[in-house]
Amino acid sequence: MVEIEIDGKTLQVAEGSTIIEAAHQLGTYIPHFCYHKKLSIAANCRMCLVQVEKAPKPMPACATPVANGMKVFTHSDLAVKAQKAVMEFLLINHPLDCPICDQGGECQLQDLAVGYGESASKYEEEKRVVPDKDLGPLVSTDMTRCINCTRCIRFTAEIAGFMELGQSYRGERAEVMPFIGKTVDTELSGNIIDLCPVGALTSKPFRFSARTWELSRRKSVSPHDGLGSNLIVQTKHDKVMRVLPLENEDINECWLTDKERFSYQGLNSPERLTKPMVKQGGEWKEVDWSVALDYAAHALRDVAKTHGGAAIGGLLSPHATLEEMYLAQKLMRGLGSENIDFRLRQSDFSADGKRKGTPWLGMKIDDISRLDRVLVVGSFLRKDHPLIAQRLRQSAKKGAQISVLHSADDDLLIKLQARAIAAPSQLPAQLAEIVKAVAELKGVAADAALANVGAGDTAKKIAASLVSGSNAAVLLGNFAQQHPQAATLSALAQQLAGLLGGKSGFLGEAANSVGGYVAKAVPSGAGLSAAAMLKDPRQAYVVVGAEAELDCADGAQALAALRKAAVTVVLSSFKSQAMLDYAAVLLPVSPFSETSGTFVNTEGRVQSFYAAAKPLGETRPAWKVLRVLGNLLELNGFDFNSSEDVRAEVLGGQPEFVAGLDNGSDGVKLNLASSAGGIERVADVPIHFADPLVRRSLPLQHAADSATPAARLNAEMLAKLGVAAGDKLKVGAGDTVILAAQLEAGLPDGVVRVAAAHAATLALGPMSGVLSVEKA
Amino acid sequence: MNTPNITVNPELSPEALKKIDREVAKYPADQKQSAVMAALVIAQDEKGWLSKETIAVVANYLGMAPMAAYEVASFYNMYDLHPVGKYKLTVCTNLPCALSGGVHAADYVKGKLGIDFNETTPDGKFTLKEGECMGACGDAPVMLVNNKRMCSFMLPEQIDKLLAECK
Amino acid sequence: MALIDTINPLLTTGWSKGDDGWSLKDYEARGGYKQLRRVLESKMTQDDLIAEVKKSVLRGRGGAGFPTGLKWSFMPKAAPEKYVVCNTDEGEPGTFKDRDLLRFDPHSTIEGMIIAGYAVGAKLGYNYIHGEIFEIYQRFEAALDQARAAGYLGNNILGSDFSFDLFAHHGWGAYICGEETGLLESIEGKKGQPRYKPPFPANFGLYGKPTTINNTETFAAIPFILGMGGEAYLNLGKPNNGGTKLFSISGHVNRPGNYEVPMGTPFAKLLEMAGGMRGGRKLKAVIPGGSSAPVLPADVIMDCTMDYDSIAKAGSMLGSGAVIVMDETVCMVKALERLAYFYFEESCGQCTPCREGSGWLYRVVHRIEHGEGRPEDLDLLNRVTDNMMGKTICALADAAAFPVRSFIKHFQSEFEYHINNKKCLVDPDVQRAGSGFFKAGAA
Ligand SMILES: Cc1cc2nc3c(=O)[nH]c(=O)nc-3n(C[C@H](O)[C@H](O)[C@H](O)COP(=O)(O)O)c2cc1C
Ligand code: SF4
Ligand code: FES
Repeated sequence: MVEIEIDGKTLQVAEGSTIIEAAHQLGTYIPHFCYHKKLSIAANCRMCLVQVEKAPKPMPACATPVANGMKVFTHSDLAVKAQKAVMEFLLINHPLDCPICDQGGECQLQDLAVGYGESASKYEEEKRVVPDKDLGPLVSTDMTRCINCTRCIRFTAEIAGFMELGQSYRGERAEVMPFIGKTVDTELSGNIIDLCPVGALTSKPFRFSARTWELSRRKSVSPHDGLGSNLIVQTKHDKVMRVLPLENEDINECWLTDKERFSYQGLNSPERLTKPMVKQGGEWKEVDWSVALDYAAHALRDVAKTHGGAAIGGLLSPHATLEEMYLAQKLMRGLGSENIDFRLRQSDFSADGKRKGTPWLGMKIDDISRLDRVLVVGSFLRKDHPLIAQRLRQSAKKGAQISVLHSADDDLLIKLQARAIAAPSQLPAQLAEIVKAVAELKGVAADAALANVGAGDTAKKIAASLVSGSNAAVLLGNFAQQHPQAATLSALAQQLAGLLGGKSGFLGEAANSVGGYVAKAVPSGAGLSAAAMLKDPRQAYVVVGAEAELDCADGAQALAALRKAAVTVVLSSFKSQAMLDYAAVLLPVSPFSETSGTFVNTEGRVQSFYAAAKPLGETRPAWKVLRVLGNLLELNGFDFNSSEDVRAEVLGGQPEFVAGLDNGSDGVKLNLASSAGGIERVADVPIHFADPLVRRSLPLQHAADSATPAARLNAEMLAKLGVAAGDKLKVGAGDTVILAAQLEAGLPDGVVRVAAAHAATLALGPMSGVLSVEKA
Repeated sequence: MNTPNITVNPELSPEALKKIDREVAKYPADQKQSAVMAALVIAQDEKGWLSKETIAVVANYLGMAPMAAYEVASFYNMYDLHPVGKYKLTVCTNLPCALSGGVHAADYVKGKLGIDFNETTPDGKFTLKEGECMGACGDAPVMLVNNKRMCSFMLPEQIDKLLAECK
Repeated sequence: MALIDTINPLLTTGWSKGDDGWSLKDYEARGGYKQLRRVLESKMTQDDLIAEVKKSVLRGRGGAGFPTGLKWSFMPKAAPEKYVVCNTDEGEPGTFKDRDLLRFDPHSTIEGMIIAGYAVGAKLGYNYIHGEIFEIYQRFEAALDQARAAGYLGNNILGSDFSFDLFAHHGWGAYICGEETGLLESIEGKKGQPRYKPPFPANFGLYGKPTTINNTETFAAIPFILGMGGEAYLNLGKPNNGGTKLFSISGHVNRPGNYEVPMGTPFAKLLEMAGGMRGGRKLKAVIPGGSSAPVLPADVIMDCTMDYDSIAKAGSMLGSGAVIVMDETVCMVKALERLAYFYFEESCGQCTPCREGSGWLYRVVHRIEHGEGRPEDLDLLNRVTDNMMGKTICALADAAAFPVRSFIKHFQSEFEYHINNKKCLVDPDVQRAGSGFFKAGAA
């Protein structure tokens, strides 16, 4: 620690800090543009000049390290004169178009110009004009306003991991741009909008739709993945106009993924379901809530009476709130059914009944940043968990060794230590090899079930990396959790963590991947899992928040089962063609922005939120709808006045983290078998197709990540099939679809990668297994 | 700034790649990017100018982001991001040269070729550029031919001779 | 053109044969690589070597005049990876000495760099060569090949346990790469945008490793300093201004070119060596240290001696030793306009005051020159320069400001004349005659 003085106030700061960091510690504001705490220091805007005792020139506070005894003056004549000088230079070529600029009201330049600018400039030359750039459907540019702070450039290079933007030319002609003809395509691109201190980069979807001071702001929580990013939802006249990150160092830091930032555009999709509907004689009719609810209650009660409760299945979106899940499972159990599940894309349920607790990340999100050795198993990490990928990217730069075991070799934009890429059926055996190699390095016996496993070179390399650190973890991604041998992968990860004295955990796929267990939205006893109740069709289904055909592991099967059922009651914010086909009752329920509720994120953190806007049309919060259904069915324990009441019953209070988190299991039998023959399917869930809301955000659907799925194969596979990239392929076992062949180097042999969760590949059935592929 | 729509094959010849390899070898193994300036010169020599596609080819060859290579190509002013004539003449007009006739030499060339700075003769033979200090002020007026050949004491007779030499 | 004249030739001894005396054989015949051999064979300690350089008071020849021995001593001893970098990005208008050093005697720079590598414990070096002098880059590479073949470069040099290799890196047209950290960025394959200091290159240099960076002439002097001893070298010049210095004389003299003279030589003597004023015209002003140095009027410079201290006392800088001589045919507004354009053109674009200010300066001087000046423009120029100076990452903003301030300071009435009369004080036909381009009376 060193002691310094800022404007006469003494403070202790860590050695190596900069003056601006010290000033922030003191709450002293120093004007700045290029400085950002998460980015490297550029010191190019020169706005932060301050006076330092004994220094003849003003010093940039953002780049000047503190020294013991240093005396800093942020408001002295020298400092203020320098700041005013810089402000004048910044403004000479900046357009004075604040009244029509989207940044108006939240522009750092505008704010600082008031405090540090002179009223009139002596600059009377023509102002520079810089051509605008096409950065894609999300970010709009007005490059004449750019002050060349390079924050956006440093973001793409340092945080997003690939330098998509740069500053071309030099001097006054310097210009921020993407590579000619390219757009900004990473899954984190929207953050440059927040970073841009002026109105050069603004939100394209938000553009010209409102002035910032007209907006109401509500805190909320992202409904898209296990992280639970904190949001500020901005509304005007009860319509969500914009979503911004709410800074939370423990979770999303100051970032958001594009999915989280722009999915709100789906909230007002023409497919919003705004009135209750029932199907009568094959005809859909909009009806009053009471009619629809009566209809649903009667229908369910009838099925339960005639066929028994077990004839009803309950399918819940893993993005449903804790309260919704809790009431839904209560409803199912009240009807006498144990068939309730939220793990819609999972295919291996053999660990059910053997778990010691609720599966979770195995650590705090923030702990990820402190890991020095990581093995990521079965994860499309960059797309499934962009902000966790970002944390690992930063760790890798600081020396953490990251290795990957997966069935695809996507560029994670992370410096990797080692990669083991194998067909899906090989993953358990591969992970077993790593366990074996680590045991050997540690000189301890491995599980007896691994007696016949011999570690190969890659496994040994990964093992050597893992044992060389002091804080290791194994992280299981969505693909590992959806794998047909998920229980084995999980058990092996546990063993590995045990050998390493480290941790293992699941990267939660959905907003409530942990919350679903807490809400007991899983079958018990003889109850059927999501997969089982679709494989073995029920007489009736209750579907909450999901589009079963796109959100289940086997969409084709789900569609068939729901079509066949006598009654399907769907609680949904949207209506789709498929739904109109299979449902009997459609009950319009609120998306996250129009209801209160709770998500338990992947680290077990309880995050509740209130509605940011009024429900659209006749939409009602789903917890209320479920409560009324419970009342109509005269079930016990449905007397809740608020979602908080429901939460109190589930959690027994308002804890910061839920209890009972444990990834351990007893009696899971390792299944190292690798199925023989055929071309195995590797199915990713494309980032912008993962849930009903994001699927309806038009700007996201126009982003590069939303391309129509193709059949991706490595070069040898293409050659073997005698096709070239772009050729049409007939893919499928029974039902076939025609997909374009696409070259994806790095895919293992014997594998075809075909995305799931998309209408174009729905007919292919299960996300895992074997597909026939031939030239169409 | 619009890059003209001229499609050229952006790939580099094996000879050019060999030259680039020789440059790469100068630097530590993990610092391939250091060779980008030389590689862009080699590419420019081969193609006559640097299209964005060529720049991307160079970037990929060196394992760097295309934008990083574009930053370099647009920062240093001897890279040509647009097609130029067969002979690119750059005349230094900076003060030390101007004192000994740099500007007059440029005017003389302009008159002879009928073009201004940053223009190319209609036959595509000459492009004229204004240069900054070339570090040869004692030889003023100085002129650079195709970036690499320095011509000193460029008084009218010498200019005439040079233009006649350029076939 | 080779050396024109010299008093006490040292660095320029090898220049007499012009383009025929640069090869290794010639250099060895002149006693070349003897000092490297002596250092290695005597197993001279790094400290002793640096002490010898300190004794010589060799001040950096790139412009700032920082004592070379002291700079070398900043290099951390323990670091495993270190670099030596030579700055031949000679782009400062008026400077053309490093080009001739490498053209006529490349091996003295090579030997100097190898010895520097030994002194600071570096195994790898680069010489960054100005893009426009590509032929010199090729010559330097040829010289490197000779040195490598002769065992002066590479592993276990001359059988010692010292290994060092050296490569040439060329620029491609950017004055800012002369600034040492811009130069390092450029070697790393990026835009040459200078880095904020601290950390200084001695701690965080090329590829983030400790790096010593010196000007070509600085390195070239090393073998000669070791040959004659630090003290003898110092005594060639003046106290605190050791040795000889190359001066590049351009502009209105009869014999522009490079001159090597002892530090402290009177300016008048230097002017005489350069053949005096072209056409016998009257001296008006001199920029004594490259375009970034403040201009001095004739009477002031005529009283100066050519060394760091004397020129500084007169209110300018010895800088890189580029002496730009201007006679009475020069319009000072036009001269400044061209310099202001240069800094505007060459600003890297990174820092706000330089990016925006250099263009502003140019535009105002431009309008004065073109008869559109306003009475308040001189105050405006002074204010803008004031707002630029000392507020940027590197000294280019200061370099852009110095000419503007000094031209106005010393030639205010000429600027005022221009503003009031909307034309040059010096008749355009007189100006035209000054260049000597139209000698034969041609159009
Ligand atoms: C804008 C600018 C341009 C410079 N140009 C050169 C140059 O062309 N050659 C050079 O040797 N030093 C140049 N310098 C000085 C270098 O930054 C550095 O001080 C020098 O190379 C150190 O070598 P020395 O100590 O041997 O002089 C320049 C500095 C600035 C700020
Ligand atoms: S676009 Fe915005 S963030 Fe990017 S450099 Fe310009 S002002 Fe900075
Ligand atoms: S914030 Fe310090 S220079 Fe920009």
